[in-house]
Amino acid sequence: MRLPSGGQIDRDRKLTFRFDGQYYRGHPGDTLASALMANGVRLMGRSFKYHRPRGVLSAGSEEPNALVELRSGARQEPNTRATTIELFEGLRAEPQNAWPALRFDAMAINDRLSNFLTAGFYYKTFMWPAAFWEKLYEPIIRRAAGLGSITTKPDPDSYDKGFLHCDLLIIGAGPAGLMAALSAARAGARVILADEDFRMGGRLNAESFALGDMAGADWAAQAVAELDALPNVRLMPRTTVIGAFDHGIYGALERVSDHLPTPPEGKPRQILWRIYSRRAILCAGAIERPIAFADNDRPGILTAGALRAYVNRWAACPAQTVAVFTNNDDGHRTAADLLARGIEVAALIDTRADAPALDGVEVIAGGQVTETSGRLGLRSITVRPAGGGIRKLTVGALGVSGGWNPNVALTCPQRGRPVWDEGLAAFVPGADLPPGMSVAGAAAGQFSTHAALAGGAAQAVQALGDLGIAATSPDLPQTEDAPTRITPFWHVKGDRRAWLDFQNDVTVKDVKLAHQEGFRSVEHLKRYTTLGMATDQGKTANLGGLAVMAELTGNSIAQTGTTMFRPPFTPVAMGALAGRARGAEYRPRRLTPSHHWADEQGAVFVEAGLWLRAQWFPRAGESHWRESVDREVLATRGSVGVCDVSTLGKIDVQGRDAAEFLNRIYCNGFAKLPVGRVRYGLMLREDGIVFDDGTAARLAEDHFVVTTTTANAVPVYRHMEFARQCLWPDMDVQMISTTEAWAQFAIAGPNARKLLERLVDPGIDISNDAFPFMACAEITVCKGCPARLFRISFSGELAYELAVPTRYGDALIRRIMAEGAEYDVTPYGTEALGVMRIEKGHVTGNEINGQTTALNLGMGRMVSSKKDSIGAVLSRREGLTTPDAPRLVGLRACDPHKPVPAGAHLLEPGAPTVAASDLGHVTSACYSPNLRAHIALGFVKDGPARIGTTLRAASPLTGQDVPVEVVSPHFIDPEGERLRA
Amino acid sequence: MHDLAPLSALGATTPRTDTIGPLSLAEAPDWALASLTARQGQAAACRAALAKLTGAEAPGIAGAAQGDVIGAFWIGPDAWMIEAPYTTHSDLAQRAADAAGQAASITDQSDAWVRFDLAGKGITRVMERLCNLDLERLRPGQARRSAIEHLSCFVIPRDDMLTLYGPRSGAQSLHHALMTAARSAL
Repeated sequence: MRLPSGGQIDRDRKLTFRFDGQYYRGHPGDTLASALMANGVRLMGRSFKYHRPRGVLSAGSEEPNALVELRSGARQEPNTRATTIELFEGLRAEPQNAWPALRFDAMAINDRLSNFLTAGFYYKTFMWPAAFWEKLYEPIIRRAAGLGSITTKPDPDSYDKGFLHCDLLIIGAGPAGLMAALSAARAGARVILADEDFRMGGRLNAESFALGDMAGADWAAQAVAELDALPNVRLMPRTTVIGAFDHGIYGALERVSDHLPTPPEGKPRQILWRIYSRRAILCAGAIERPIAFADNDRPGILTAGALRAYVNRWAACPAQTVAVFTNNDDGHRTAADLLARGIEVAALIDTRADAPALDGVEVIAGGQVTETSGRLGLRSITVRPAGGGIRKLTVGALGVSGGWNPNVALTCPQRGRPVWDEGLAAFVPGADLPPGMSVAGAAAGQFSTHAALAGGAAQAVQALGDLGIAATSPDLPQTEDAPTRITPFWHVKGDRRAWLDFQNDVTVKDVKLAHQEGFRSVEHLKRYTTLGMATDQGKTANLGGLAVMAELTGNSIAQTGTTMFRPPFTPVAMGALAGRARGAEYRPRRLTPSHHWADEQGAVFVEAGLWLRAQWFPRAGESHWRESVDREVLATRGSVGVCDVSTLGKIDVQGRDAAEFLNRIYCNGFAKLPVGRVRYGLMLREDGIVFDDGTAARLAEDHFVVTTTTANAVPVYRHMEFARQCLWPDMDVQMISTTEAWAQFAIAGPNARKLLERLVDPGIDISNDAFPFMACAEITVCKGCPARLFRISFSGELAYELAVPTRYGDALIRRIMAEGAEYDVTPYGTEALGVMRIEKGHVTGNEINGQTTALNLGMGRMVSSKKDSIGAVLSRREGLTTPDAPRLVGLRACDPHKPVPAGAHLLEPGAPTVAASDLGHVTSACYSPNLRAHIALGFVKDGPARIGTTLRAASPLTGQDVPVEVVSPHFIDPEGERLRA
Repeated sequence: MHDLAPLSALGATTPRTDTIGPLSLAEAPDWALASLTARQGQAAACRAALAKLTGAEAPGIAGAAQGDVIGAFWIGPDAWMIEAPYTTHSDLAQRAADAAGQAASITDQSDAWVRFDLAGKGITRVMERLCNLDLERLRPGQARRSAIEHLSCFVIPRDDMLTLYGPRSGAQSLHHALMTAARSAL
């Protein structure tokens, strides 16, 4: 019901929302929970295991019960806490874990079977037959249990990630946080104040007492207004700090648009912030814990502090007649506030025999609530007074206070453990806080408002003092400073089920069973009973569970300890973790200089690392990629082809020692490479395995350009930097990447020179004599454009690579195509490139796979014995140089129409298809349009000796088994006459 | 003059400018860049050459310096990038080589980067969605390198704008990230 006045809601405006098929009205300032409560709705969900009717337990993010599926369609979000959902017009929520209806849930039969469904029942019950577990038992259990259901549609919202910096991060905007912020802000420090609530003020918004001459909520609003006006303060409401990480870094989730029907166009739903703080003060408050007693989970039973909050902040109450059950003075505050708002308080049951009196309320000192009634909502409670006997009280709501737990979760991620405070009967932060963090307010066990204000101010002054920022504590307003008086009381003894963990349906009985079966460590207790798991992580449950375990073992609570607190503090949507990195924007795309032109030609692109490369260029009438690739290969070998090879890594190496440096980096000799020449080079890892291959062109005595494979551009650069900085710091070598600076095109085929002659400027002689195979030069093209020309060939044809500054790459490819029209110049993609290099027997990443040596690749003699280079010594290890070491060979399908399966293993004809018969495997395979046969490269034991023999290429994976002839890997032009033409 | 027409990093013949609320985002292709790295034992000579070239003292670690026409920013130990208008200094690398002689290794980096200039209000709010730099504390005279959209970029505050240099091949992705963040934050 809604109280006739009061509350921090805008009664002038009404919001319509729907829950469980019914339409209701609430006000701005309401949460879904408060609005439902104001509309007389107590039943909001069903429990996880027993499908028990449940209502709201708390008024905050610790809520275990009132979980709903919020929104619909692609935006449907399960397990959303009604207590944190800010009401908006048109809000739609459905109850979850109930079928066919919330009020009548067929699965509530589980509650009748509770004797069988004890902790760990499925481990014991569904043992046999073993095969049934995965296919039958587990699916049934999963269907019967569980919380909400997820939508299978893509999330239509976007999420941002971001980074913030501050001198002081204050986590929580209650009295301690606000006072800390005021102290720091007035001193000029950069302050971030984050609070998970949409209204800052924390418990000040939920209490009735004054600060000075102002209501607590008004004082909070005034403080927030002052802070909001300061340029050095960033207020972050609706922001949950979800974790404390190394070096003062905190994760925070800002719910930017969750209070709106949908995010505005272009705006994110949420932002996951990484906050870099020099100091942080945790002012996260405390969470009230329930007391366990029989059937203590009925809708209408909630924590006393929450009941008080609903009445004070939202002017909402579950019933006109209520009772309070407490073991501490805070329960009395609830009874007093309710009484003051016109609610009838039937009794205040205080477990303490010496409970203080309260005007206007019957206090049953030493009493206990032993049971409750009401199928879908509380109707009555049964009380056992200290003197004996039984009293039944008709009430629609019961506020329960078992004391308050400081919110220590964020103090623990870096192995800090909270310590037990006997006086407060609670765990408080330990000494091992994350570096730079301090704790103030209720989170530090400072439970009175005065203590919280003073603590916040003091910690801010201290933290800023550490940073050299002078700050003084503001004058503290006069306010309550009541001591904490509590006599720990965890559960009412009895035979019936008394709930500890509402979300997971863990009862005192389950803890007893865990104890009986030997699961006594709190971590074992958690895993065996599921206490403290799921979306609420046991925020209201954990201490009760371990207190019962302590009672059973005879240990103290301090000895029993807590389970580990881990981030995130509250659930985080997967979308927020992904941020903008999803779909096509999962990672950046690197586009080649000819990309736009290639796109115009209808090229099919393939991802090569971050690059998009043209894979082939289909033409009208071609219906299969092989047609395009075969055409591109034949055209290149028949006349001339062009391919964008800008993606290859280019590393500019200069310095007096550049030649010697490369001589040590490459296993083959580079010291004597003449200026104006290029050499193929092989790089080994320190362990002798081949790392990468490429070329190095000597542009001057002290200037080289190293090319790497596309995939290894960065690793090779890193490797060379390591060598330069750490291995040989005395060498005069300077390096920088120039990969992006040049647009480079391979022009290959018998007409390559003729085409190129149309591009190079007059006076530049590229005849075979003047510019032979493996020559390089800095030239000009197209009437003066600076360019680099390399006569190198990956295809095995007469070929050049021509590079111009990247901005001219698009113009150059168009010019090449125009000037080459006479020769039917054909653009070719990476597939044709692959076919031609296989035909030529050139290796790539398929062969240089991190497991092969130069010997394996047929390049053993390249590892110079006349010098030392990285990896040379270890490449000569005995195990790597055995006579029958795998060697690169060519493979030609005996039936030219049968593809050679890539990855197939090579076996003797007639040998069984088992690992013991394995002679090697196929690394690269293609159809060669020149040979009109399927061919492949592969490694075979003692390969050269097997040339001319027939093996089987067997792939147990695909079922293919193809006879192949072992041949030279150089299928085309083994003498290299074409490339030297 | 040769007859190849340049294309901007975003793939157009004219540079693109976008306005998002109070912020403008402009592709700025007309800048020549060259790297200078001191040869071993030549750091002082290289700094002197750099100062002579730019008219400003060679910037220190994570610093930037602006001369009348040529600016410089620090990119590594004894290594700098210099920048100048492309139309007048397309030969910037050669000028640097002439100035430094054997004191430095030079490369032409004009085509290796895409430059975006952000001007107007809201730069910090946009950039805080993109990189972990403390933009509020970054001042002219400083230069930083930071990952933006997974790309390694230079971030250089100016008196009236913020300059970003990102790898040219990733220009589209970087531009998309900047636009998305600007629309989101402003």
